[in-house]
Amino acid sequence: MTKRFALGIFDDEDVLLHAIENIRAAGVKIHDVFSPYPVHGIDDALGIERSRLPIAAFFFGLTGLSFALWMQIYMLGFDWPMIIGGKPHIALPAFIPVSFEMTVLFCAHGMVLTFFTISKLYPRWKVPVMDVRATDDKFVMAIELKDDASELSRLTQLLRENGASEVNEKEMTQK
Amino acid sequence: MQHVSPVREPLVTGGKTYHDITQDVCRQVEAKPNIRWMAALSVALFFLGIFFYSVYRTLWYGIGEWGLNKTVGWAWDITNFVWWVGIGHAGTLISAVLLLFRQKWRSSINRAAEAMTIFAVICAAMFPVLHMGRPWLAYWVFPFQNTFGSLWVNFNSPLLWDVFAISTYFSVSLVFWYIGLIPDFATIRDRAKGPIAKRAYALLSFGWKGSAKAWSRYETVSLILAGVATPLVLSVHTIVSMDFATSVVPGWHTTIFPPYFVAGAIFSGFAMVLTLMLITRVVFKLEDYITIEHIALMNKIMMITGSIVGVAYITEFFIAWYSQVEFEQYAFINRATGPYWWAYASMMTCNVITPQLVWFRRIRYSIPATFILSIIVNIGMWFERFVIIVTSLHRDYLPSSWVMFSPTWVDIGIYVGTLGLFFTLFLLFAKFFPVVNMAEVKTILKYGVDNGPTYTGHHGHGHQVTPAHQPVAPAIPASAPVNYNKHD
Repeated sequence: MTKRFALGIFDDEDVLLHAIENIRAAGVKIHDVFSPYPVHGIDDALGIERSRLPIAAFFFGLTGLSFALWMQIYMLGFDWPMIIGGKPHIALPAFIPVSFEMTVLFCAHGMVLTFFTISKLYPRWKVPVMDVRATDDKFVMAIELKDDASELSRLTQLLRENGASEVNEKEMTQK
Repeated sequence: MQHVSPVREPLVTGGKTYHDITQDVCRQVEAKPNIRWMAALSVALFFLGIFFYSVYRTLWYGIGEWGLNKTVGWAWDITNFVWWVGIGHAGTLISAVLLLFRQKWRSSINRAAEAMTIFAVICAAMFPVLHMGRPWLAYWVFPFQNTFGSLWVNFNSPLLWDVFAISTYFSVSLVFWYIGLIPDFATIRDRAKGPIAKRAYALLSFGWKGSAKAWSRYETVSLILAGVATPLVLSVHTIVSMDFATSVVPGWHTTIFPPYFVAGAIFSGFAMVLTLMLITRVVFKLEDYITIEHIALMNKIMMITGSIVGVAYITEFFIAWYSQVEFEQYAFINRATGPYWWAYASMMTCNVITPQLVWFRRIRYSIPATFILSIIVNIGMWFERFVIIVTSLHRDYLPSSWVMFSPTWVDIGIYVGTLGLFFTLFLLFAKFFPVVNMAEVKTILKYGVDNGPTYTGHHGHGHQVTPAHQPVAPAIPASAPVNYNKHD
């Protein structure tokens, strides 16, 4: 499916943040903003909700901790109990290091895999981008164009008024 | 137009723009390999060849090729293992601990320091694996059920904790490093001209586009990874120290080992970071990013951790005397005055006296002096591990078993060989990967510099938006108080 976008190119993050505010206030829906680095305050300006990844990370960590404790208690306590150094079979203080490491292991990898999945990040041969300068030094605001013929000129006017240094039209094929 | 703040030093010098950062970092990735890089790689590959030959000797003829004997059963292998793991710790300290403490100067050195962590851990892992004698059975250290008798691994053993600690540390550091690399790979991808480079960096970039939502998640993920990597890095060297501290060998059986080892690890790691950075910044012309201030700050960390290590050496000695345990006392007297006195003297000179020179401002800000100091510290920290390991073992409880240890050429070959492995990996990284985190450096470009209107939050409706056809004028004169809210 092919979609058309008006791209407002900005040179400065502060101008961009004001523009996002004004354009949203004017009732225009912003498709996305692409920037070369994380712009602080853009989440609030665009109304992006706080990520729930920390909650996921906590539960991945909890899974790792539970798994590590179960593994050690089951293996040394029940499956093949041995007396090592005169300690009890289930010597919990000695299980702390492995439990800690497994907590970190599960937390980090679980969270990163979740991040890759929800952000659709995976290796691919070709990456179609709105504007190649968005990974260099420009801030690119994409607004989806519906079929109205006068829409582009109206948006160009609005983006220009809000400090865009150029406005382009771009067609993107999306799955 | 760049106005320098009267209060804070800019973190990036030379009045760079965002595009300059991209250019400066991508330059060496896109250029053909130069002769100096090829020469350095040839030397590294020569030492890598020595590594492979020594490993071949070890595997074909067995551990008997090493200088170990029945009294000194651990020597260069564990010395090198601890040395390499320790070096790795500075990378995590820079990428995680300094992130949590909001030390923004870390941005331009964290990429290379994390790379150093990963390559150092790879080198470290060679030693315990080779010491197994049959490395093809290395998977036996993991809790797989087997049919050979005792069914599971011993979770009470610090050596097993080490397996979990090092593998977690390696994999988490790798992921942390890679997450940071993704946006920079996207930058290189979008600039790439050749079809192979475009494809290769497209694959590496995981389809990153820099959308606002992705950046928001990226920042969350980085912060949490830093949060878990911080206790992780402390746990790793703590557990490494427990390999020694939980034994009953005089000289090893010490409760101060965990903090002492962690401080020593950061100390030696910063020395290695300095060695590498001083070369990298000159070879790749990154003096505006890795500034003299960075070098001075790293020198200060080296001085503080070096002083902690010095206090630990003296504390150990005091406690040995205070414990009134004859064997403990002898172990320390033997260290300082016995046949290995020269190793002890090297350790004390390199690690306790050398870093104190950094108190002098002229030395802290001198590049040649820093380079020499960093090499001396690397040597000193190698001797520290050698002193702890070999001098504690070579005269044990039974005087009839007292021996000296001397390494064979295979021992030396594997050690200098891992240096070859390390530098091969580092040189390949420095050529094909962005050595400075471009995205992160772009966020700190305006730090200490005021060159435009400052956005004060989305409720600041009093602000007038600057139209694009007018040049963006500095809203505040350089001498006036600057609004730091945004960057702090």
